[in-house]
Amino acid sequence: MNGAPLNLSIPSQLSFALLPDLVLMGGAMLLLIWAAWRPESIRHQRAVGTAAIALLVITAVLIGWFMLQGVTASPGPVAVDRFRWIADLVLIVGTIATIALSMDYNERELMVAPEAHVLILLATSGMMLLAGARDLMVVFLGIETMSVAVYVLAGMNRRSPRAAEGALKYFLLGAFSTAFLLYGMALVYGATGATDIGVIGDRVLQYGLTSSPLLMIGIALMLVGFGFKVAAAPFHMWAPDVYEGAPTPITAYMAASVKAAAFTAFLRIWYEAFSPVFVRWHNSFWWLAAITMVVGNVIALRQRNVKRMLAYSSIAHAGYLMVALTVNTAAGAESFLFYALIYTIATFGAFGVVVALGEAGERSLAIDDYAGLWTVRPWLSVAMAIFMLSLLGFPVFGGAGFFAKWYVIKAALQAPSPQTRLVVVLVLTSVVSAGYYLYVVMVMFMRPRLAGAPTPARAGGLTRFVVASAAILLIGIGFFPERLVRFTRGSAPLTASRLTSPGTAVPLPPPARQ
Amino acid sequence: MRELLDSVHYDSWILLALLVIPTIAAIGIWVHGAMLGNDADALERGSGAARQIALWAFIVEFIVSIGLWWSFDSSTAAMQATFDRSWIPTWGVTFALGVDGISLMMVLLTTFLMPLAVLGSWTSIRMKRHSYYALLLLLTTGMLGVFVARDLFLFYVMWEMMLVPMYFIIGIWGGERRIYASLKFFIYTMVGSLLMLVAIVWLGLKAGGAGTPNFAYEAIRLMASSGGVGRGTMLFGAVVPATMFMFLAFALAFAIKVPMFPFHTWLPDAHVEAPTAGSVILAGIMLKMGTYGFLRFCLPLFPDASMHPVVRNTFLALGVVGVLYGALVAMVQPDFKKLVAYSSVSHLGFVMLGIFAATTQSIQGALMIMINHGISTGALFLLIGMLYERRHTREIAAYGGIARVVPLFAAMLTFVSLSSIGLPGTNGFVGEFLVLIGSFQTTPYLATLATVGVIFAAAYMLWAIQRILFNSLDKPENEQIPDLNARELVTMIPLIAVIIWLGVYPAPVLRRMEASAQQLVAQVGGATGSNVAEGGGR
Repeated sequence: MNGAPLNLSIPSQLSFALLPDLVLMGGAMLLLIWAAWRPESIRHQRAVGTAAIALLVITAVLIGWFMLQGVTASPGPVAVDRFRWIADLVLIVGTIATIALSMDYNERELMVAPEAHVLILLATSGMMLLAGARDLMVVFLGIETMSVAVYVLAGMNRRSPRAAEGALKYFLLGAFSTAFLLYGMALVYGATGATDIGVIGDRVLQYGLTSSPLLMIGIALMLVGFGFKVAAAPFHMWAPDVYEGAPTPITAYMAASVKAAAFTAFLRIWYEAFSPVFVRWHNSFWWLAAITMVVGNVIALRQRNVKRMLAYSSIAHAGYLMVALTVNTAAGAESFLFYALIYTIATFGAFGVVVALGEAGERSLAIDDYAGLWTVRPWLSVAMAIFMLSLLGFPVFGGAGFFAKWYVIKAALQAPSPQTRLVVVLVLTSVVSAGYYLYVVMVMFMRPRLAGAPTPARAGGLTRFVVASAAILLIGIGFFPERLVRFTRGSAPLTASRLTSPGTAVPLPPPARQ
Repeated sequence: MRELLDSVHYDSWILLALLVIPTIAAIGIWVHGAMLGNDADALERGSGAARQIALWAFIVEFIVSIGLWWSFDSSTAAMQATFDRSWIPTWGVTFALGVDGISLMMVLLTTFLMPLAVLGSWTSIRMKRHSYYALLLLLTTGMLGVFVARDLFLFYVMWEMMLVPMYFIIGIWGGERRIYASLKFFIYTMVGSLLMLVAIVWLGLKAGGAGTPNFAYEAIRLMASSGGVGRGTMLFGAVVPATMFMFLAFALAFAIKVPMFPFHTWLPDAHVEAPTAGSVILAGIMLKMGTYGFLRFCLPLFPDASMHPVVRNTFLALGVVGVLYGALVAMVQPDFKKLVAYSSVSHLGFVMLGIFAATTQSIQGALMIMINHGISTGALFLLIGMLYERRHTREIAAYGGIARVVPLFAAMLTFVSLSSIGLPGTNGFVGEFLVLIGSFQTTPYLATLATVGVIFAAAYMLWAIQRILFNSLDKPENEQIPDLNARELVTMIPLIAVIIWLGVYPAPVLRRMEASAQQLVAQVGGATGSNVAEGGGR
């Protein structure tokens, strides 16, 4: 396979390009059978979870092999480029953390169904499809595979009315937004006659569609659809309720991985297909990013429930990621991947602490319950402080969070048309975010422990592992980011598509207009 | 001495060592604390070791740093004792350190004050000592890093790094309103510094041209002086040059830190609520970072913007307003610590006046005030802390006539107050005199107005001293206050010695600053000549 690019019109080579996804999906199917084979029990739940993590590690190794070999492919329905592989790795890191946290969490909440882990795997395979999709059909397939599994996961805790409410909301709004997305895709197809992302980009130029109303409406509808998926304001209304109701590890999964996956497809479509009409959508993106940052950060200030606070914080971070998309340069895509990874680590760390401090039945989730935590659980408090400062984007003590934000700022200022004003919005809303991130730190370190407050029970081993490794990774990358920066270099989807000869996969229809 | 230092290649490792020693000691203290476990008794018994480690680490730090005094070559304005390593080459970030005449004194001031700050917390900090001393040490790394960074990215990292330990020191070990004060301190500083970050990224990208960004100080200065910052922007019908935006982004960060007059409101809260060592560090060192930033970044990088008549006159005027306002507000404070806090606003106003007057004398004077204020105000805060430990109040009205009860304390307080006022023969006089002389050449009216501030300073300080130490001893609870003990005397004697030394013979200090100050004036001189009616200050 070395050297010659894969020809994706040959089924065997297409399957090879999808090998990591297929391994994960096939493995998940086998695990599903095994999960149903035995009666539900805590032990079985743990065994399935462990097997799921092993499967993810195998997939990650496979992806690493693909990267090392430098496999390339001619344009086709799936991309074979660094952007896909790195995005896959970011998603797998998040998934491993989700399953690890779930194993402890489900045991405490007496949710012994082992299928939960398999559902997470299925959702992840949908996400990986999204990260690699270069065809609107594949994008849709990926989104649906991911979403259907996550709808179920959100309502996994059958005893909780909150979870049921959240899951229903998520399902209804998810279906609603998918309709937007699908209709947008249909209109884009109608305007360009193609579903292949690269071909769409070429046709837009070829046929002079830069002011086609059909295309514009299609793009707008797709923007709304993706806006829902990544919870960008004003399409964020569902997020806080769903995040609050879902089991905590699944909340982390939705806030980090689901969001990152939707963003990868978002980014690739807009970078590859809609770059030629950049000036048309740039303004709406600009405002979407700015509003998302402002709304997420300002409303988060009022939250006193830690899960809701983190939900709004994830909306704010969607705004920061939107900045990377608004830039529409290779540096933007690189900074996006870097940011997504750091954000994933910090989010899972923070939710890991929430899992560690929660009590059965989802109690003790008010931030004020953490008062004086430092005196009883010093390490957890220090770890939580690191995650909060990292999400705040603070150097040294917040570790890599600062570099993530810095990378986005750099990409925005480096663009051909520097996004100075958007960057100013970004940093000013970051100051606002200090209000709620530091509130958590303040409560943990500066308030006295409430009289009669129980000492939290020792957290499960896997939870502690997730929290500790997240903290160590953040601090470590915070001192030595160089390797990771190099790793994300040259990972823009743009370069991959523009290097290959465009517009050969689908026969051209006769020019429709002009 | 020089030969001895050269023989151990002192210049090649000293700055790195200054950053590394406190960090290692901090980790050591935390490891020690972690080994004691969560057992309250063991922690109580072991907590003495924490302050011992911290004290010895700071003493070693000071002894090591003092070599800079001799190894420094006062004939040149170039960066010395440089240390360069690449850090994040993909982003053009280097780990570059160095000192010149401006930063040398700041480094020595920091290493000199830190052991005294530990001694000042010796008995007053009783809770969670391990973390307290570890944070003090990390804070020192951050502060020294700010003074020695020769890369703007590194500078920013260090600038933000020192914020977190101080936030915790105020917030955990502070007074009653500590949570409010610490958050205010944090947010205020962050607003300014994030805009500075945007400016730094912009400058780094411009300095790198089409290739890798370059954040090295020299490269950015070269780029800025050749007009590579970028085109201007239309704003309210006038073209505002890009350097002006850059200047304002930096200036806001530093003005908040100084603090200059309209941005000063975080300071009284932070000072009053912070524990003694926190106040000493805040007043003694951290406020100087603002003025240091003006001297190191704002003026040399953007001479045109900073010497633009509107900008310059605004800053000069705000400096003088700070002098007068700080003094007047200090006069009516019932709380002695708050009085000293406002006196800082007043003193730092003098520094701003000296910096923006931009003559060699006024800048040297500004640097002298930065040092003197660190020493005098640091000493005042230490004395207040000592008094507070005995009586648990800082209300001036709660005292009176205690000179008879605690003669040693009274002598110290009187002496330090006189140096803070600027009595000839003490250090305070030298700096203010130089600033007034220097700024009189360029802005005679404002300099004259600022002189009034010196008189006000005498008024509020002497009045406070009178009410605390003298008057009649009418409160029975004041009759039993013990006088200074040996540890407290050991804390104060070095400060008194330096006050006298700098007051009588400041020449060695001034000589070491001179080349750098002259270079700075030369850099902004061209801009001064073209923009200001009075002409370049020579």
